[in-house]
Amino acid sequence: MCWRGGREVFRGICFAVASGEGLLLTGRNGAGKSSLLRMIAGLLRIAGGRLELTGGAIDREIAEQAHYLGHLDAFKPSLTVGENLSFWIDYLGGQGHPQLALEAVGLGSLTHLPAGYLSAGQKRRLSLARLVAIDRPLWLLDEPTSALDATAQTMLLDLMRKHLAAGGLVVAATHQQLDLQNVRELRLGAAA
Amino acid sequence: MSALAALFLRDLRIAVRIGGGAMMGVLFFLTVVALMPFAIGPDLALLQRIGPAILWIGALLASLLALDRLLSADLEDGSLDLLLMGGTPLELAVAAKALAHWLTTGLPLVIATPVFALFLNLDLTATAAVALTLLAGTPALTFIGLVGAGLTVTLRRGGILLSVLVLPLTIPVLIFGVAASNAAVVGPLPFGTPFTILCALTLVSLVIGPFAAALALRHGQE
Repeated sequence: MCWRGGREVFRGICFAVASGEGLLLTGRNGAGKSSLLRMIAGLLRIAGGRLELTGGAIDREIAEQAHYLGHLDAFKPSLTVGENLSFWIDYLGGQGHPQLALEAVGLGSLTHLPAGYLSAGQKRRLSLARLVAIDRPLWLLDEPTSALDATAQTMLLDLMRKHLAAGGLVVAATHQQLDLQNVRELRLGAAA
Repeated sequence: MSALAALFLRDLRIAVRIGGGAMMGVLFFLTVVALMPFAIGPDLALLQRIGPAILWIGALLASLLALDRLLSADLEDGSLDLLLMGGTPLELAVAAKALAHWLTTGLPLVIATPVFALFLNLDLTATAAVALTLLAGTPALTFIGLVGAGLTVTLRRGGILLSVLVLPLTIPVLIFGVAASNAAVVGPLPFGTPFTILCALTLVSLVIGPFAAALALRHGQE
């Protein structure tokens, strides 16, 4: 159950995602897709119900094993692209090399550019570099394809396929059909 | 690099880059101190007597000025969400942020004090006393302000509310800071008595500030 601003957004949702599986959250605007993702990430209080982690590193919280890619990119405009990424690698405890991750998302030549000069799509790519550089099993993606061009969307799909093939989990809120195997769809607000 | 060191260094870097605002507090401090003789008049004896109080008020207002960016910048660009998802306790993370904030906004005020004291005709003892009390007292201002920043972080234009919330809480720091400075110059109280209480206030705020701010941040996540 989810409450926001004194209004009930949704209730009675039940789902399970196994290793190597993807879950697409769909539904009209305001159905609670982003809210559900933030609840899984531990950023929003769960008004009723529970989240359970079985297997894996159960001694650590879900939030510590998840990537949350929201509408905001969490990069500082005055720091360079490389500094921004290195900081998150250090803070979130990743092992990846920033330069390699930047090359993987096609930003390899912009390492020394202040992040404030990046376009919306490039900022999005930089967020994706965080997913590459920091190894966390659960990816929570909120509208991951927004602002991305066709090449970058293909790259994102490749990244998601690779992640799923390696036994990762993906929960993505999206309005677009993503061409992925082994994904299920959870339609929010269908009953309302 | 450990997570906390990375956060600390990141905040230092942002503060010294363009738009970081590390020097804004010092400029504001300068403005307040420079305005006082114009308002009070060229009475050197009077300026000397109230100089420590003017410097303290100036430093208090200047440190308040930068506080509303302490946490709200991280909320606006989504960094706060990710900071919450690291393995680091939020209490330590906000403490590291506050420490970096003090180094870039509080410490420059202390360093600028000897220069600004000249404007107020303070002698060497009084200048040293004010600088020393500011060095001991400004961390308390930052860490008390940290709580206010945590409470007002989700509000747009929360800066004024932040000042209204924080200023009353800083009154004890102001009282003992100015009392210690005056004690060093005119007595009759020994300098050590109010100065020790000032240090105690700082230590208490160092302990309580991060916990209260983390509590406010968690509560404000909606």
